[in-house]
Amino acid sequence: MESRNTQLAVGFFVIIGVLALLFLGLRAANTNVASNGQTYQLYAKFDNIGGLKERSPVKVGGVVVGRVTRITLDGDYYEPLVEMTISKDYDEFSNSSSVSILTSGLLGEQYIGLSPGFIDDTVEMLDDGDYIHDTKSALVLEDLIGQFLFSQGND
Amino acid sequence: MLDRVASLGKTILDSIAGAGQAMVMLLRALIGKPQLRKSWPLLMQQMYSVGVLSLVIIIVSGLFIGMVLGLQGYTILVDFGAEQSLGPMVALSLLRELGPVVTALLFAGRAGSALTAEIGLMKATEQLSSLEMMAVDPLRRVISPRFWAGFYSMPLLAIIFSAVGIYGGYLVGVRWLGVDEGAFWSVMQSNVEWGQDILNGIIKSLVFAFTVTWIALHKGFHCTPTSVGISRATTSTVVTASLAVLGLDFVLTALMFG
Repeated sequence: MESRNTQLAVGFFVIIGVLALLFLGLRAANTNVASNGQTYQLYAKFDNIGGLKERSPVKVGGVVVGRVTRITLDGDYYEPLVEMTISKDYDEFSNSSSVSILTSGLLGEQYIGLSPGFIDDTVEMLDDGDYIHDTKSALVLEDLIGQFLFSQGND
Repeated sequence: MLDRVASLGKTILDSIAGAGQAMVMLLRALIGKPQLRKSWPLLMQQMYSVGVLSLVIIIVSGLFIGMVLGLQGYTILVDFGAEQSLGPMVALSLLRELGPVVTALLFAGRAGSALTAEIGLMKATEQLSSLEMMAVDPLRRVISPRFWAGFYSMPLLAIIFSAVGIYGGYLVGVRWLGVDEGAFWSVMQSNVEWGQDILNGIIKSLVFAFTVTWIALHKGFHCTPTSVGISRATTSTVVTASLAVLGLDFVLTALMFG
């Protein structure tokens, strides 16, 4: 019977371990939008991306719809080009949509805010690989302070 | 002068010989025809004494470390009005570092020393030689099940440690100090990633499991078969294993998160 009790204890040990792993996976980790299910890519050029990083979220009205997957410099003038991977659940953005780089909270991390544009007969929908042209760059605190000091000096 | 150089050379030669012995022992214990029917009960027995009996210390220390993290994190974060970040702070520090490392240190102290002492005593009382006399390979019969038991048990223990620690942080942060429950879990979920954090933590604890168990078995199997020798070997197991874990942890962290 000794051996049976041992086996029972080891069995319970393994079960507890697996349950703990499930708890970590389901309760503590994210099941993120961009990594499962179908996605498509959108691109946007900015003047300055500030502190945006790969894997930063793309949000519509605060809801995460995708993630930044690649940041490169593009074109003759080396403009930052951001590749966003958006979930196929949200594939009805018009090409009058705009993106801006926002900061969550005063010191928080930066993310891309996507504002859906109007829809009428003249605009087309964004497809895989399309560019969003209406972009607003990140707010760089140093630039703001510089502008403020400059405008103070003019008075 | 020459004596000093000679003693330095002897130390180096000894340590290389020790590493070689350990490698040969591991290879001979692990390589060979698996005999599931014979080794399964042995593995169960060792999983019980190495894994199940370590559960209490792992759960209790996990709970307390999680609670301390919650308390310390809260008093610092609340100054910046960022107490919502308590969840990811507790979860990330447990999953990435404290879970695997503290489990490995506790495991070295609780199970590693026991393994060394047990095998050392088997050697001192010539049980290992008796096994050989009966044509039973002590490496396959004694070392191999203990190695696999440690290798399988420690990742499980580390996962349990992290889960219990997160619960401890939740108890202190949410239940006691009044961090918003929704924010605690949702900010944690948006910051913790399955592959980057949880999987890397498990890989870490697998590496630590391999190292600690291997060191413990080697120290026991190659100890001087006297009471002084066994006590030295046991001490040396805990010290070497702890140092190896901490050093490896830095390397692994640099590779994974650097």
